[in-house]
Amino acid sequence: MKWDISQMGTWTYKQFPAGAVIPEAGNSDDYVTGGWRSERPWRNDEKCTQCLLCWIVCPDSSINVADEKVTTFDLDHCKGCGICAQVCPVDAIDMVPEGCELPEVK
Amino acid sequence: MPEHKTLAATGNSVVAEAMRQCHPNVMAAYPITPQTTIVEEFAGFVAKGKTDCEYVTVESEHSAMSACIGASAAGARVMTATSSQGLALMWEELHIAAGMRLPIVMANANRALSAPINIHCDHSDIMGARDTGWVTYFAETAQEAYDNTIMAVRVAEHPDVMLPTMTTLDGFITTHSIDRVSVMDDATVAGFVGEYHPKNALLDIESPVLHGAFAGLGGPFFEFKKQQRVAMENARQIIKDVAEEYSALSGRPFDVVETWGMEDAEVAVVVIGSTAGNVRHVARDLRAKGQKVGVVKIRVWRPFPYAELAAALKGLKAVAVLDRAESFGAEGGPLFLETRSALYDAAERVPVVGYIYGLGGSDVKLELLERVYQDLSDIAAGAAAPSGLVYLGAREEA
Repeated sequence: MKWDISQMGTWTYKQFPAGAVIPEAGNSDDYVTGGWRSERPWRNDEKCTQCLLCWIVCPDSSINVADEKVTTFDLDHCKGCGICAQVCPVDAIDMVPEGCELPEVK
Repeated sequence: MPEHKTLAATGNSVVAEAMRQCHPNVMAAYPITPQTTIVEEFAGFVAKGKTDCEYVTVESEHSAMSACIGASAAGARVMTATSSQGLALMWEELHIAAGMRLPIVMANANRALSAPINIHCDHSDIMGARDTGWVTYFAETAQEAYDNTIMAVRVAEHPDVMLPTMTTLDGFITTHSIDRVSVMDDATVAGFVGEYHPKNALLDIESPVLHGAFAGLGGPFFEFKKQQRVAMENARQIIKDVAEEYSALSGRPFDVVETWGMEDAEVAVVVIGSTAGNVRHVARDLRAKGQKVGVVKIRVWRPFPYAELAAALKGLKAVAVLDRAESFGAEGGPLFLETRSALYDAAERVPVVGYIYGLGGSDVKLELLERVYQDLSDIAAGAAAPSGLVYLGAREEA
């Protein structure tokens, strides 16, 4: 059963598991950390050769892939580290500042 | 019925024996005077196959407590022991063990902190750890050290507590002196402490959990601290319940505040640790001379028994508090501060005098304790209390 944390913002000390234990595996998926980002990745689909190197190296598993092809970035979890842009062999990924006019992220 | 065996043994030896009888799964420890013989004797039990405990030799106390935390989070019953600089080196882990609600049981051989280097008894180390969130017992004797160690396991692992617990004994005085100690048989102790059933064990691969989470700005950090406060408050009653059950087996009474001569005492000395015996000795002599003196010994330091202490000191004419630790710049030592605070709600104001004594193993001579009672008698008779705290026995200019 899923650990329901939807009301966590209203929990008192009684509702939290003792010692800050998280009693469920894998729920970091629900924790939106993309707000830490100051730059976001932008991918040029025409340049991209779908080598998937970015998918391999992303430390936050934030490269979304379908049918063995990169589709989008998981911006709920991407922290903008830029490793994907750094390793891309065809320079298909650019890091663009957050908070300004952005091209549509594919 | 339990079988009792009387031994001539040191405090450290019977703490090691108590630990063996409580069958910890893991001990991670580093030797330091005057704690060494606890972990040395326990290592002997491991080597001789008298316990199946996993004994982890580490390179420092920082590592010792870190390993204990890991093992406890994994779901093991964990014990260790330290002293002085070792306890100080564990400082950050002491907070982590309490914050993670890990019921580790640790013995501390109370010893001075450097500088200057000193290996002898005072309470600087343990009083420095007073705010780390550990339930803390003090032993006057080797017998109390044995009893406290066994009770500590039950208190620490109680579902309403789940806090690390320290069982302390005075360095050399209690750790190394041969004392008369009654120990119980293995089966009785094993039955009393029972099996440990961890709730969120990392090694329970059927129910994966995470320990050591982050609770930052805007998060519930404050709520977790309140949990710890509530757990420590819960420990008040659980310490008494566990002691009642233990006393039924051991035949030895226990109270968080133990008194002598307080039925009709006019003045009293508040004391913690081994010096309680010396104070009682002096009080007995003074009683024989017709003086109405009493002794109040603190056996549980955290949670501090302020209500019980205030009740014990009710209606007195003067109170002395003996501190074997400094809190430089404070109005008195840690026990003095607690005692004065405990008395704040009393209907009548009692003069309370703070004495610092015995630092770094300085001799606690009986005449010094007689002087304390003399001060109290003078105050009771109308004399002014000494202004400020007294360095009992410090050299003075002629």
